Amino acid sequence: MYRIDFNKLRFLICDDNPHMRRILRTLLHSFGAREVYEAEDGATALEMYSHYVPDIVITDWAMPIFDGLELAQMIRQPESKGNPYAPIIMLTGHSEKRRVTVARDAGVTEFLAKPISAKGLYQRILNVVANPRPFIKTKTYFGPDRRRNINNAYIGPERRVGGEVEVMQQPSLLDKARSNA
Amino acid sequence: MAKEKPGTLQIKSFADHHVITQPNPLRKVLLRVPESDLDDPVGRAEKALAELSGEFKNWMTIEADRLSAAHAAVLKGGFTTENREELFRAAHDIKGDAATFGFPSAAAAAESLCRIIEHAPDLEQVPEELITHHINAVQAIVRERTKLDTAVMASKLSKQLRGVADEFLVKANRDRPEHLEAILAPSIVPAE
Repeated sequence: MYRIDFNKLRFLICDDNPHMRRILRTLLHSFGAREVYEAEDGATALEMYSHYVPDIVITDWAMPIFDGLELAQMIRQPESKGNPYAPIIMLTGHSEKRRVTVARDAGVTEFLAKPISAKGLYQRILNVVANPRPFIKTKTYFGPDRRRNINNAYIGPERRVGGEVEVMQQPSLLDKARSNA
Repeated sequence: MAKEKPGTLQIKSFADHHVITQPNPLRKVLLRVPESDLDDPVGRAEKALAELSGEFKNWMTIEADRLSAAHAAVLKGGFTTENREELFRAAHDIKGDAATFGFPSAAAAAESLCRIIEHAPDLEQVPEELITHHINAVQAIVRERTKLDTAVMASKLSKQLRGVADEFLVKANRDRPEHLEAILAPSIVPAE
């Protein structure tokens, strides 16, 4: 059995609603987290993201001016100086399936529909910590692999084209981002 | 295949995509513990949330008043972009927060209002009383919560509102299949 050592994790939460931020902070502190940074809009969150280099981002979707979806898209810039790989948990009141797809296509790692529960949040965090997915980079997408499972029953066209495999090694961007912060 | 070095990204390049794998940077926070481990972070968090619940009624009142203020701005200035967005955000926040605060029926009424704002082809053409009933319902559910039988009544009220709102939206969107599909699609959140 595995447990998360929360006091080694650095969180950034972004929600324009102060009550929801308080709930999130309470939950994370109760899990054992000590480093929880808060932003009330996407622009501030992006600045804090570069400055604090959090391990996990938890963001609301609907916020004025610069929303959670844009925040995810800004973080998932493969050429950025910061860490484009941090897990992003989208916590939102949107509860329609098409929203999940839109969030997924923006590079969100996990989607958690409100109302929030301690169990739901813990499970999402456990999932991003214990089961990170590889990242996929295409002309139009950069983010966690959107295929969580291999579906043997799938009969549609294969959208990814294979071909020659070339393997390259690069230094970890997280280490690079941390050293620049 | 090259052997993976610690702290390095491995990039496999294919014809039209790259697969990037890195050693799990959060691996260090995963602790293996025996099955008998008594630590219960979820239970601890639920307890902390319960301790915070004394503030929920007050928070909910603030949220409901914000919604009423946004509605008052609409009544005064019409559905300008700013007024529309604030009304939507206020309703959307209640939709997301109210169940956590112990007001699931307020969340349901607010969700119904969000659907109207999101899917009505022209908000100026939405019957004024349909929106007003949603605002009044949220206020009533929040302020009358301590009275007996209000939970059942609140649930009934929000369901009726949703029924009327959906009927309006289905008619108004009969020529807009993408909206119709979204209106009729089931929610990913289990019903109360």
